[in-house]
Amino acid sequence: MIIQDLMTVESQQEIAKNIFEMKLTGKLVGEITSPGQFVHIRVSDSFEPLLRRPISIAEINPEKNEMTIIYRAEGRGTSLLSEKREGDTVNVLGPLGNGFPVEETTAGQTAVLIGGGIGVPPLYELSKQLTAKGVNCIHILGFESDPVVFYEEKFAALGETHIATVDGSNGTQGFVTNVMSEISHDFETFYSCGPMPMLDAVQKAYVHKKGFLSFEQRMGCGIGACFACVCHTNENATDQAYVKVCSDGPVFPAGVVQI
Amino acid sequence: MNRLAITLPGLELKNPIMPASGCFGFGKEYGNLYDLSQLGAIMIKATTEEMRYGNPTPRVAETSSGMLNAIGLQNPGLQGVLTNELPWLEKFDVPIIANVAGSETADYVEVAKQISKASNVHALELNISCPNVKCGGILFGTDPEIAKELTAAVKAVSSVPVYVKLSPNVTDIKAMALAVEAGGADGITMINTLVGMRLDEKTGKQVIANKTGGLSGPAIKPVAIRMVYEVSQVVNIPIIGMGGVTCVQDVVDFLSAGASAVAVGTANFVDPFVCPTIIEQLPAKLDELGIDHISELVGRSHRV
Ligand SMILES: Cc1cc2nc3c(=O)[nH]c(=O)nc-3n(C[C@H](O)[C@H](O)[C@H](O)COP(=O)(O)OP(=O)(O)OC[C@H]3O[C@@H](n4cnc5c(N)ncnc54)[C@H](O)[C@@H]3O)c2cc1C
Ligand SMILES: Cc1cc2nc3c(=O)[nH]c(=O)nc-3n(C[C@H](O)[C@H](O)[C@H](O)COP(=O)(O)O)c2cc1C
Ligand code: FES
Repeated sequence: MIIQDLMTVESQQEIAKNIFEMKLTGKLVGEITSPGQFVHIRVSDSFEPLLRRPISIAEINPEKNEMTIIYRAEGRGTSLLSEKREGDTVNVLGPLGNGFPVEETTAGQTAVLIGGGIGVPPLYELSKQLTAKGVNCIHILGFESDPVVFYEEKFAALGETHIATVDGSNGTQGFVTNVMSEISHDFETFYSCGPMPMLDAVQKAYVHKKGFLSFEQRMGCGIGACFACVCHTNENATDQAYVKVCSDGPVFPAGVVQI
Repeated sequence: MNRLAITLPGLELKNPIMPASGCFGFGKEYGNLYDLSQLGAIMIKATTEEMRYGNPTPRVAETSSGMLNAIGLQNPGLQGVLTNELPWLEKFDVPIIANVAGSETADYVEVAKQISKASNVHALELNISCPNVKCGGILFGTDPEIAKELTAAVKAVSSVPVYVKLSPNVTDIKAMALAVEAGGADGITMINTLVGMRLDEKTGKQVIANKTGGLSGPAIKPVAIRMVYEVSQVVNIPIIGMGGVTCVQDVVDFLSAGASAVAVGTANFVDPFVCPTIIEQLPAKLDELGIDHISELVGRSHRV
């Protein structure tokens, strides 16, 4: 169920250049059903900035009623969020969206998880849940450069992990696709989250595999009421078929959304 | 006595608070969050004769204390609304105001004729003011003569009272109000969004794919208040006011300016519980103002 919760900041930490990890506690955590779901955060009590900010859930700890979000402080909203301190409260609406289908990969199978930049966070909880049920996870994480790389060790602790940076300052030089062309195609499913061009390249590279992609779109309401976040689908020839990223997604099977 | 009850053409409202069209879908999403029967009414999303996909994305952009949108009237079309949306809303004890849109008079007439027969639709809101569609919308909403004719054509076929939604994107809003009143409108809803543009800081290009969008949210409230104030003094039909309402004080302001009821739009995105919260807080506000019934507030600003 979607709720609006005043969650408490347990910790806030800059884990890479302008990348913040925030741990929040509250009853909303009990409502999260799947990795890849997101929350809509009101960063200020005033109307400046006005709209909420969509941020993925990076990790869940149900025992402690705690969830982790990882975000890049760049615009007004995320910069304000980065100023919150331990003990502050944050108005959070969620959990929103459908999340990654963990059940699509079974124990003993291999899944490739491909993330780009701030698309990496939701893959962490996904990998935790997949590895916990005996799936072998291979992570391919792409970043601009070494100073903005985060969670490299945490992913490595769960499975084989490759880093790609555009400038080559960490791991393979280039994009996640450069790494993809080097690894074995002996896997069952892929899961990916990141910028549109990356999702496009990933789905083209793995056309014959079962895959799930998480999309981003500008949002108004975050719950499916305003039609701000729609995308065309490949479903039929009319241009009428669409999905809403906020409530039908953000995760869709590869091939569904027109990129 | 219900201190918040208001009677308007076609509408017996438990309270004067309703979500504005386009900001509440067809109610389902918010219906999962709270009991919609608490609301005074619901203005559902614009319905056109044929289903519409709307404009390319990005369709929304944030601005100072506001937002721009260029959704472009995306909706499942008349038949879709009649079969899939309105019946679901029947389980709530709340009147529906159907927002009717089109590209030409015949479309408006067809939608109005059919949707006004739905059992839970108690009034129509003629959308002659959407800034985001190429034909229809804005033209109907900026030419008094055309607006009057369209109002009359829709009135002739509608089974329920007709409210006309005015655009703020005109030089003389009073002339538009008088024209739709002369066309037979039972009420006026105002205001729709103001045409605006935002440029990307880095590229200098428009953020919204449609280039322009409709500005809404707290930023437009002073414009809306001024327009309600002006229009309420020249027409004899009631006004449902909107534009930047976020809290109970905003409601008092709109009523004081001359509105009889108030719609809440963009604020639903900021706080999905904003409508029930305002409704809950209204009685205390009346106490604070020393007022028995909410209707006493209407038009306070221009009383001598
Ligand atoms: C489903 C989803 C999950 C996301 N998860 C994460 C995450 O885990 N970590 C993270 O760092 N970022 C994530 N993002 C992107 C994040 O929402 C934007 O970076 C953020 O909203 C920008 O806000 P700002 O105040 O910094 O920027 P501003 O430029 O000040 O924002 C202005 C407006 O544009 C919107 N906006 C700007 N960029 C985006 C974008 N990429 N997607 C959608 N709306 C945008 C903002 O929400 C706001 O309404 C996610 C986006 C979506 C849609
Ligand atoms: C995303 C969005 C969609 C809208 N869609 C419609 C619509 O379909 N029909 C209509 O008459 N007005 C539409 N509007 C205008 C609102 O109903 C309202 O008039 C306007 O937003 C001003 O109120 P606000 O500042 O409280 O949002 C829309 C507004 C927004 C923000
Ligand atoms: S953000 Fe409103 S429908 Fe998706």
